[in-house]
Amino acid sequence: MVKAAITPEQMKPLFARGPYTTLRLLVFVLLALALMTFDHRQHRLDSVRQALSLLIYPVQYSVDLPFRVSAWIADSFSSHTHLLRENAELRSESLVQGAQLHKLNSLENENARLRELLQSSAKVGKQTRVAELLAVDLDPFRREVIINKGSVHGVVPGLPLIDAHGLMGQIIHVSPVSSIALLITDPSHAVPVQVERNGLRTLVIGTGISDRLDIPYVPTDADIQVGDLLVTSGLGGRFPPDYPVAKVVSVEHDPGLTFAMIRAEPTARMEHNREVLLVLSGPAQAEPAQPAVLPGDTPAAKVTSP
Amino acid sequence: MSPFRPRRGWVVAFSLLAALMLSLVPIPTWATLARPEWVMLVLIYWCLALPHRIGIGTAWGMGLLMDAATGTLLGQHALAFALVAYITLNLYMRIRLFTLWQQALSILALVFIEQMLVLWITGMTHQIPWRWGYLLPTLTSMLLWPPIYLVLRNLRRTLRVT
Repeated sequence: MVKAAITPEQMKPLFARGPYTTLRLLVFVLLALALMTFDHRQHRLDSVRQALSLLIYPVQYSVDLPFRVSAWIADSFSSHTHLLRENAELRSESLVQGAQLHKLNSLENENARLRELLQSSAKVGKQTRVAELLAVDLDPFRREVIINKGSVHGVVPGLPLIDAHGLMGQIIHVSPVSSIALLITDPSHAVPVQVERNGLRTLVIGTGISDRLDIPYVPTDADIQVGDLLVTSGLGGRFPPDYPVAKVVSVEHDPGLTFAMIRAEPTARMEHNREVLLVLSGPAQAEPAQPAVLPGDTPAAKVTSP
Repeated sequence: MSPFRPRRGWVVAFSLLAALMLSLVPIPTWATLARPEWVMLVLIYWCLALPHRIGIGTAWGMGLLMDAATGTLLGQHALAFALVAYITLNLYMRIRLFTLWQQALSILALVFIEQMLVLWITGMTHQIPWRWGYLLPTLTSMLLWPPIYLVLRNLRRTLRVT
């Protein structure tokens, strides 16, 4: 820090802050503590957070920009044969899906008829909206993603986030043009699920590792096997029923323990998606009285127990 | 002798913005745990170089922006940054005289304090499984101090930031 030539203008005050540094620290620490308490306990700071998110959005957007541009360049310079191949693949996929859709339509009609017979109300179709992930890293201690749709687009906290393969997470913070979603792999996240094969209900809890989920509350003698598909049970009212969540990859029975040690991996392609779907309509949105996700406890676990 | 007048604050603002962007740039998952505390490092540098201008208030504000950007509890980074800025302001005369590697060691201590505070608050409000990897940013920040220091000092001298 040696100065070559010090002009009078460059001369700095000798003492940095005067006698008030400690006082300033005290004030700012108290302010931070107050902010954290309000943010954590009462969620009163949503407007502050929204304003700050709006302020920070240009930064996040510009961080994301190079990735967007490189994807665009890769798209526009991809070779003719590659495009042809992709086109053919998509065509055959759409054919298969079209056929399946026909089947689904007839099944849905049949289902509606049967429901009428049973005099139970038919389920309303779910509306979805495509959102894009921003290539921005968030807090490394938590599994969260940021998407480019906000309250302007009708996003509210609690909306489920899915991709073509399964459930990804739910929205926890919303700002006007972006929102943050908590992934199902976060340790503070739990999803009420059931085994597709036999309807066994349980909870899937995140581990903080991107391709691993825990199923901690299944008794050792319960019927659950490697390869079982777990789908949302719809209990708790936050997630619509029957979306795939995870596949069981290992089941260990330790006779000394009450519960089996079961590991699963999410069916959604957590780390590979850029486009995701928001499920707009559904029971979660119809009941605004439901509390937003409380960080610190497992949101779904409160509502229902296995 | 003309009175002291702060000049070229935009250099400080720009470096802080660049640091904020660096802490948001996506990197492979295995590397996220070792991501250095860019904003903290740049803040410490400016606290050492311009203690009459950059201090607890700036650190607190940057911390709040960091909280909003990364989705952590509002005030979490603000608290940690403000405290480290306070310590730096109290020690800046001594740290300035250190050699680069001695400085890096004090950075190790400062970033360790900041990391611990953030981890404590995260641990109090969320369930996070403890991993030794959480201490990695402290190490990477220390290793990055010499280059950051040299670059910022060069910037400060050529642009005459006061």
